Amino acid sequence: MLACRVIPCLDVNDGRVVKGIRFKGLRDAGDPVERADLYAQQGADEVVILDVSATPEGRSAAIDTVSSVRSVLPIPLTVGGGVRSLDDALRMLDAGADKIAVNSAAVNRPELIAEIASRVGQQCVVLAIDATRSANAEGRWDVVTRSGTNRTELDAASWASKCVSFGAGEILLTSFDEDGVGQGYDLDLIRKIANTIEVPIVASGGASNAAHMVDALKAGASAVLAASIFHDGASTVGEIKRELQKYGQEVRL
Amino acid sequence: MSSLTVSIVRTRVANTASVSAAFTRLGYTSCLIDTAQEVEYADYVVLPGVGSFAAGMEAIRSHNLVEPIMKRVSAGRPTLAICLGMQLLCESSEESPGVKGLGVLRCEARRFNKPSLRVPQFGWNTVAAEPGTSALASGHAYFANSYCIEQPPPSWLCAATMYGTKFVAAIERGSVVACQFHPELSGGYGAGLLQRWLTMSKEAQSCSRVV
Repeated sequence: MLACRVIPCLDVNDGRVVKGIRFKGLRDAGDPVERADLYAQQGADEVVILDVSATPEGRSAAIDTVSSVRSVLPIPLTVGGGVRSLDDALRMLDAGADKIAVNSAAVNRPELIAEIASRVGQQCVVLAIDATRSANAEGRWDVVTRSGTNRTELDAASWASKCVSFGAGEILLTSFDEDGVGQGYDLDLIRKIANTIEVPIVASGGASNAAHMVDALKAGASAVLAASIFHDGASTVGEIKRELQKYGQEVRL
Repeated sequence: MSSLTVSIVRTRVANTASVSAAFTRLGYTSCLIDTAQEVEYADYVVLPGVGSFAAGMEAIRSHNLVEPIMKRVSAGRPTLAICLGMQLLCESSEESPGVKGLGVLRCEARRFNKPSLRVPQFGWNTVAAEPGTSALASGHAYFANSYCIEQPPPSWLCAATMYGTKFVAAIERGSVVACQFHPELSGGYGAGLLQRWLTMSKEAQSCSRVV
């Protein structure tokens, strides 16, 4: 039986892991290679690296970090941040990424998804959506880009649907409102997107315990991503997975 | 460190860096190859693959690698096909109608089509190996696939997995192994498989030399 996935996320800025609240007030959380290695040993199912400085500063995600992490990491690695072209994506794959997460660049030019997917396959392309509850309409979420600095007019559900038709194989769905807050994922957002598309959803933004993760999985997520709880040492990945199992979730231990 | 070198076929539609890193962690060196001569005669060949069936076959054909791969597989030379690499061994795939595969396995790769199933399958699933396998074992392996082989091919030893339907997770015949999952991304389970494939291939080769 397919196990749910627990995915620690390393937000990387200038070669260091950082974590903020709602993408702001970044504080240091260690060395990416040491963190990735530690989480893999604790039983992480995948690792995500997001270069959080890449898009606002207009540079590409850190290739060196990716290749150093790859050399120690025996589990899948998704890399995002500043991927603006097929060439950027291929460089990441050559450095050791298994999946490429695209966010702001796809909003500017959705064809990028199709270009990457037709070259390296749907299972390599992750659409990262940062979404915030719409101030104007109930049950609607707006897509935000550029690490949360830019609110678009895009409806998150129709955006997800469009990108899946272009070849996105997975959605990394982050609630901008809940990110770093620790009050749980935005379950309505997960339900909405899960009912819209058939590819797997990775829930992100707001988890501080296993119960939050169970809620997200029940809402339709296939995987749960978290950062703060692992970086702060509040729980190990293994502890979280054993708790998920107690809640009746299928996990790999 | 071992002097043994693993040759990875450069299809340009694969995560070769991850495959290479996995062998490096085991203490082996690896290199990328793309000529017919190298693919036919290299000691240990990995046919990796992510991407579409049509793109994978196009990469193989454009480098004239169909015959060399067929020859080494039928001769039982140490070969490991991963994910799309395994599907390319089929006659065809639902993913790319009209595109001819390598045809080592007399079957078609089919799309997971159960309703309510999320496709692609992403994640760790349970693999159950049948008794008597040398490289394959039971455990959790990492999959990333939308297509699969449904029926175990005759004359191969097989490991199976469930995702809506039972499908072929991996097969082995002598020193030839094909996995639908990614051993290079399957943690300790995957590392064990890679190590066993190399060890048993090495033993098989030294036996045949003695004979």
